[in-house]
Amino acid sequence: MSNNPFPLSSEDLMRAYRTMRTIRDFEERLHVEFAKGDIPGFVHLYAGEEACATGIMMHLTDIDRIASTHRGHGHCIAKGVDVHEMMAEIYGKATGSCRGKGGSMHIADLSKGMMGANGILGAGAPLICGAALASRFRGDRGVGITFFGDGAANQGTVLESMNLAAAWNLPVIFVVENNGYAESTSVEYATAVDSYVDRASGFGMPGVTVDGMDFFAVHEAAGEMIARARDGGGPALLECNVARFFGHFEGDAQTYKAKGENDYNRENRDCLKIFRDRVCDAGAATRHDFALIDLEVASLIDAAVISAKNAALPQARELLTDVYVAY
Amino acid sequence: MTRKISFKTAINEALDLEMTRDPSVIMLGEDIVGGCGAPGEADAWGGVLGVTKGLYAKHGNRLLDTPLSESAYIGAAIGAAACGMRPVAELMFIDFVGVCFDQIFNQAAKFRYMFGGKARTPVVIRTMVGAGFRAAAQHSQMLTPLFTQLPGLKVICPSNAYDAKGLLIQAIRDDDPVIFCEHKNLYSAECDVPAESYTIPFGEANVVREGKDVTIVSYGLTVHRALDAATTLAQKDRIEADVIDLRTLSPIDWDTVLESVEKTGRLVVVDEANPRCSIATDVAAYVAQHAFGALKAAPQMVTAPHTPVPFSPSLEDLYIPTADAVVAAVGKTIARAKAA
Repeated sequence: MSNNPFPLSSEDLMRAYRTMRTIRDFEERLHVEFAKGDIPGFVHLYAGEEACATGIMMHLTDIDRIASTHRGHGHCIAKGVDVHEMMAEIYGKATGSCRGKGGSMHIADLSKGMMGANGILGAGAPLICGAALASRFRGDRGVGITFFGDGAANQGTVLESMNLAAAWNLPVIFVVENNGYAESTSVEYATAVDSYVDRASGFGMPGVTVDGMDFFAVHEAAGEMIARARDGGGPALLECNVARFFGHFEGDAQTYKAKGENDYNRENRDCLKIFRDRVCDAGAATRHDFALIDLEVASLIDAAVISAKNAALPQARELLTDVYVAY
Repeated sequence: MTRKISFKTAINEALDLEMTRDPSVIMLGEDIVGGCGAPGEADAWGGVLGVTKGLYAKHGNRLLDTPLSESAYIGAAIGAAACGMRPVAELMFIDFVGVCFDQIFNQAAKFRYMFGGKARTPVVIRTMVGAGFRAAAQHSQMLTPLFTQLPGLKVICPSNAYDAKGLLIQAIRDDDPVIFCEHKNLYSAECDVPAESYTIPFGEANVVREGKDVTIVSYGLTVHRALDAATTLAQKDRIEADVIDLRTLSPIDWDTVLESVEKTGRLVVVDEANPRCSIATDVAAYVAQHAFGALKAAPQMVTAPHTPVPFSPSLEDLYIPTADAVVAAVGKTIARAKAA
């Protein structure tokens, strides 16, 4: 399209929007369904942070691997994990991504290069170093991305992995999704440096902080880092400043946030609105184009919820299967 | 061709054979090459006790010396395994597991189950275990029960060079995470070992001595204490012991243990681990539950005391289960049987 000033094709712009919209609707719907009491366990919603997962994952294919977090739905969707299977997994059903044995915190699809959401904060960083090492041995040019929050950025596993990746020049991108809160504890309280980019320089790797609510900022910074890592240039750190629209987990009253903080963020920092406005203002797409995607995604999420609710529970014998490959 | 080689050489040979056979086998660990980036020769050490010496010369950069960051490199080995490699990571001493346990028990052990059977994690973690090296509380433990507690892990602890080679080759070819425990006081022990490659299946105990009067179950270094005790019992008291070397602790060969106890009616378990929730309590409980009718006396356990490993040689010698303690435990099963 002649009036597209962005470094993405029109198709990719729409693909990015569809991914962000899918994540948003998936999470907003889970918020509603969780309150009804049908969803077991802990659910940590990614709503608000969609531009971060999407801006990064637009640069990846199935040979690239990611290690996610407890707040992993957005990473899964952006990496191409099937939305129906994800929803079924969250409902604990046999048709889920992990046949109902993982749940929200452990959704994985290794065939898509998605090495798992993870209930242990910071645990993905060593694993992704291994994934990157495997890519190097195979010579497949795959890159590893590990996501962690501002809280887990203080885990020893993350810091050890940053040194390992730098010492071995591994193709790994360390992505800090800084939403300002480690559960309820503020980043100002818990972290002594002003910016996590200071950590990168401490380990001899480049680092950049971007507005994680701006898809284009994330996409550009991640693209440079990923291309550099793919070409043997080594690891880097990307700090994305984001806002999470919900609590740490569903049921969190969020009493630690400022009054009106969520409303302010939804009004002024919504990555979907920002994206849509910029693309429309530039004339690269119309409101109507976006509205069509909104409708399409709404029906996808509806269908996913209905099929998850109707799906069978795992059979009792599943309790004992797949502990080992052979035992 | 069979010749006498040490436990340490058998381990080295198994690694060499598998690295030659399968390009997806890589090795990671602290000082496993030794001297990387240092002014002396690369391959200066081959591990702190020289177990991996010479492999770097043959297999080059498929051996990676690591920073002192157990969480990072044990986790990287696990991540690489989940991505199709067959890494063998060396955790220098099992005591160091405290700084990387999450990667082993919450990640490697859980992937297959938690991901609905879609993952496989063929990683081997080789690690030194056991007391007797005057290495004190943080370099001497027998922490095998920490790992047998955990579904998803396989736990191996050989007692001799022949088993060490066959079990390590099996471990590398196995598709599940394996904790491979090497007793540091066995490294120089020699026995006949074929030069060629062979495997020993997991879950098959070895009856290393046959007898009708009492069953002595053990693994690792204490198998030799049990054998010493059996010799003494036979010579002094004409008591003939079945001595079972478990070899693999998870999976564990219950059939061989039960079969023996059905024959002898008496059980003594010898375990270098601390006594609570140990291999000893596990075997005793299993036998009590499944062969209660066959028992002529209460099962006895010979273990380390419920203490850390002491440094002073005079104390450490008291810590490690001895052949005399095994003889005394067997005596209790005989005396109680007679009293009844």
